[in-house]
Amino acid sequence: MIATERGDRAVPARGVCGRRDASSSRPLQIVQGVLATSLIVASTLVGMPWRCAGAVEHFDNPTVAFINEKVATGWAERDLKPAKPATDGEWCRRVHLDLIGRIPTVEELQSYVGDSTPMKRAVLVARLLGDDYVDEYARHWTDVWTTVLIGRDVENERVSRPGMRQWLRRALSRNMPYDQFMEELVTATGVNTNRRDVDGFNGATNFLSGKMEEMGVANGVQATAKTAQIFLGVQVQCTQCHNHPFNKGKQNQFWELNAFFRQAQALRRFDGTRDVRWIELVDGDFPGEGRDPQEAEIYYELRNGLMKVAYPVFIDGTEISRSGYLPAVLEDGTAYGVNRRAELAKLIKTSPNFPRAIVNRIWAQFFGYGFTRPVDDFGDHNPPSHPDLLDGLAERLQESSFDLKELMRWITLSEAYALSSRTTAGNAKDDPLMGEQPMFSRFYMRQMQAEQLYESLLTATQADRSRTGEDAAKAKDEWLSQFIIAFGTDEGDDATMFNGSIPQVLMMFNGDLVKAATAIGKGGFLDAIATGGLRDEAKLAKLYESALARGPTPKELTAAKRLVAGRRGDVAGALQDIWWAVLNSNEFILNH
Amino acid sequence: MSRFLDLPAGMSRRHFVSHLAGAAALAGPATTFTNTLMANAADLRKRHKAAILLWMGGGPSTMDLWDLKPGTVTGGPFKPISTSADGVQICEHLPLMAQQMHNMAIVRSMSTREADHMRGRYYMHTGYVPNPNVEHPGYGSVIARELASQVPDLEIPPFVSVGGSSVGAGFLGMTWAPFVVDSNGNVRNLDMGIDPTRLGQRLEMLATIEDRFIGEKRGPSADEHKRVLEKTVRLMTSDQMEAFKVRSEPKGMLDLYGDTAFGRGCLMARRLVERGVPFVEVDLGGWDMHNDIFTTLADRKLPELDKAMSALVGDLAERGMLDDTVVMWMGEFSRTPTINGTAGRDHWARSWSVVVGGGGFKRGVTVGETSSDGREVVGESYSSEDLMASVLKSLGISLETTFTAKNGRPMKIANSGKVIKELFA
Repeated sequence: MIATERGDRAVPARGVCGRRDASSSRPLQIVQGVLATSLIVASTLVGMPWRCAGAVEHFDNPTVAFINEKVATGWAERDLKPAKPATDGEWCRRVHLDLIGRIPTVEELQSYVGDSTPMKRAVLVARLLGDDYVDEYARHWTDVWTTVLIGRDVENERVSRPGMRQWLRRALSRNMPYDQFMEELVTATGVNTNRRDVDGFNGATNFLSGKMEEMGVANGVQATAKTAQIFLGVQVQCTQCHNHPFNKGKQNQFWELNAFFRQAQALRRFDGTRDVRWIELVDGDFPGEGRDPQEAEIYYELRNGLMKVAYPVFIDGTEISRSGYLPAVLEDGTAYGVNRRAELAKLIKTSPNFPRAIVNRIWAQFFGYGFTRPVDDFGDHNPPSHPDLLDGLAERLQESSFDLKELMRWITLSEAYALSSRTTAGNAKDDPLMGEQPMFSRFYMRQMQAEQLYESLLTATQADRSRTGEDAAKAKDEWLSQFIIAFGTDEGDDATMFNGSIPQVLMMFNGDLVKAATAIGKGGFLDAIATGGLRDEAKLAKLYESALARGPTPKELTAAKRLVAGRRGDVAGALQDIWWAVLNSNEFILNH
Repeated sequence: MSRFLDLPAGMSRRHFVSHLAGAAALAGPATTFTNTLMANAADLRKRHKAAILLWMGGGPSTMDLWDLKPGTVTGGPFKPISTSADGVQICEHLPLMAQQMHNMAIVRSMSTREADHMRGRYYMHTGYVPNPNVEHPGYGSVIARELASQVPDLEIPPFVSVGGSSVGAGFLGMTWAPFVVDSNGNVRNLDMGIDPTRLGQRLEMLATIEDRFIGEKRGPSADEHKRVLEKTVRLMTSDQMEAFKVRSEPKGMLDLYGDTAFGRGCLMARRLVERGVPFVEVDLGGWDMHNDIFTTLADRKLPELDKAMSALVGDLAERGMLDDTVVMWMGEFSRTPTINGTAGRDHWARSWSVVVGGGGFKRGVTVGETSSDGREVVGESYSSEDLMASVLKSLGISLETTFTAKNGRPMKIANSGKVIKELFA
């Protein structure tokens, strides 16, 4: 980045080798939150010797430099040679996909590729994280977080997808600090659905509204498991029933964590009929299973049938008050009681696992792999690939007031993120698919998520985007539902068939979305190109750039011309066939 | 020039290919297709091995189905009934299966350790516990891969999953991934609605783009994508897709299997196996009965299972297919002997049963036993690996088969499980 958003850490802009391009002040102005003073500082640095040729770009950001150094250390240790840098087109495509969930438009691509200033990567990242793209950023990360928080297939009486999404869109649009984000989700109270006739809507309640009860038993087991997994990066669900066979997890820890959720109740509201219409998540005094609210305990069963007692104790051993009462004041002024979920949120905030878990998750979002696999299973049994980097980023994120956009900026400007996805002799052995720990010596190619594909098809075809917000999200949901497999268990497990298998290819070959994308009706994308007065080669170039962020090769031009000839002058029809082929290619669907 | 269509073919393929005669790139293989087709026609009815997995998602309570403990605290209300197999008793709510038990065997001494749905599903499908660094292939992918060569003209994917929740191909790659259809055999988006000449032109253009990218050494996902494209084209133009059309069966046959999703799934499995598909998994979910288990079983679940499973086993036997077709019934685990406070049973993996039959298995027997309260296996117990090894043996697949995982490490098929010897004569 060019300058951090905090004045005290603002640093000047300059090129890799001390050359400061005169035009770099222009893009600077569009960087959100940049202090005017940094421009002045920058101008004093003209001509100053700075990093000689060959040095790694770090955009004057110490954290980017830190990432570069740590990743490079890993390469040296394993005798790996990093891939060459990706082309401008490739980098531009991936950073759009990863930050805002779609490929770039031809205009966005051309403006980036045509920019010859040395800071152009930082400028583009700042733009994508800035005001111009705030809606698209929020849309993409709402998709990501919805899946994390409530899964792909949950829309039932207890969980309102629109409610969850509405809250997420707001939180992400204003880049809510991640500690507050967690706290609002973990401590949420209110109504889970946004109905006009009901007061007290709080979309954040949807994280827990469907996780408080299991088969009619209000035990908060799923709430416990998911909170630990998502916000602390630890898997405790197995320890519900027994001590973990291969990590340090103990059964008592599960139930001690579970005890934090026992004041919370997901009340079913019936709206005059016998059908549940919405859930209201409330906190209430918890009498305890031993019926002593001052010592509100819960019981759990050991495998040998013995019962044991548990009070709220955090995973690091910190105990809180055992009282089941919510905070209140006696007539004589004595305060008593405690809000267990509020205490839990406080403890999570100060846990070293909290920033580590989010750094790992976000890193994996951008690189295809985190420092551990899976990203939410820390422990001695699963050591991270880059412990120093993970801890260092976690620390810096905490110092940056949990600003996730800042974390994304560091990651996208790192050297590793800018590498080509090509395998070379020097990095072939760095292959996480083969079970190796990822060393990030090339960009690991991966298929777009179904959501990214959907948005990218809309972008590539300049489809009508008049539908926005929840309307657009519902249309997308409907399309996505064809790929979802529900496992039919209590826990609402699901998986996606959008995994490169035959059903996915059939959808790309013949599905409605691609049919619409390749339609040649008047006024559509293909029609505009076909009748736009361009020469045939320019038409082809436009198709290629729209989908693949590159122009056609001579061989592809030849093949395309043969196709046009074969269709005896039906240019629109030929373009349709070529466009179909481009959209169905590996190069389109893979993030590379 | 690469092509997508260098494959053997059926009727619609020939029709399709005739339209492509003008496309120079594809003319060569076109003649080969027709010849291969002729050569293969004679073998079409050749016997082949196959397996059908009836997957009971959620974890069925096997002590209420196959290993009853009447009159004990843990036993529940169901009574055992005698069956067509000497000395073998099963639940009173499975009267039709009772007439088929001479074709099946119950293993009552399964003992596993995974009582979480996801972990259990993975373990029972693969023989391996989940491992963050390796994705193991499940039954369907392993068996499809080992048996695919016996039906060289097969254009349907060799591993079909009806209704859903299977474990995938892991390191064996998307070639062996489950092909998921619903119980009516519908395959979405099968028709492109353009003429074959034009499809040929599109595919040729697509091949040019694919190959350029693959040529840039981007790793296996680019190649894999092209292989799946080829299979998809094969599928789209295949008249073998008829095998999915379960509703075209005579009404009597549909009634026999039962008018349920699971019933149609079982019938489709028979049709697919008949057509040469080596592995079909049919899913019946909803066994995760933490409360009110006995009414749910007696009123809903067991009648549905009983009708469809007994019809499948009987139908296979009648058609002379059972000697070559293994049928297995299992879930990810079973349920607690202890009946909980809401008249349900919770997750339990320590002592439970699976049912197998057909292929090279000994029939009409039970293997192993559990203690009188069902909490322990008495004597030797068996694991997922052992079961898998036994199923493979009954299909004639060598247990010496070794896969190479993507990390280059050799992996013994079925995780070196030991064959359950009582299942073989």
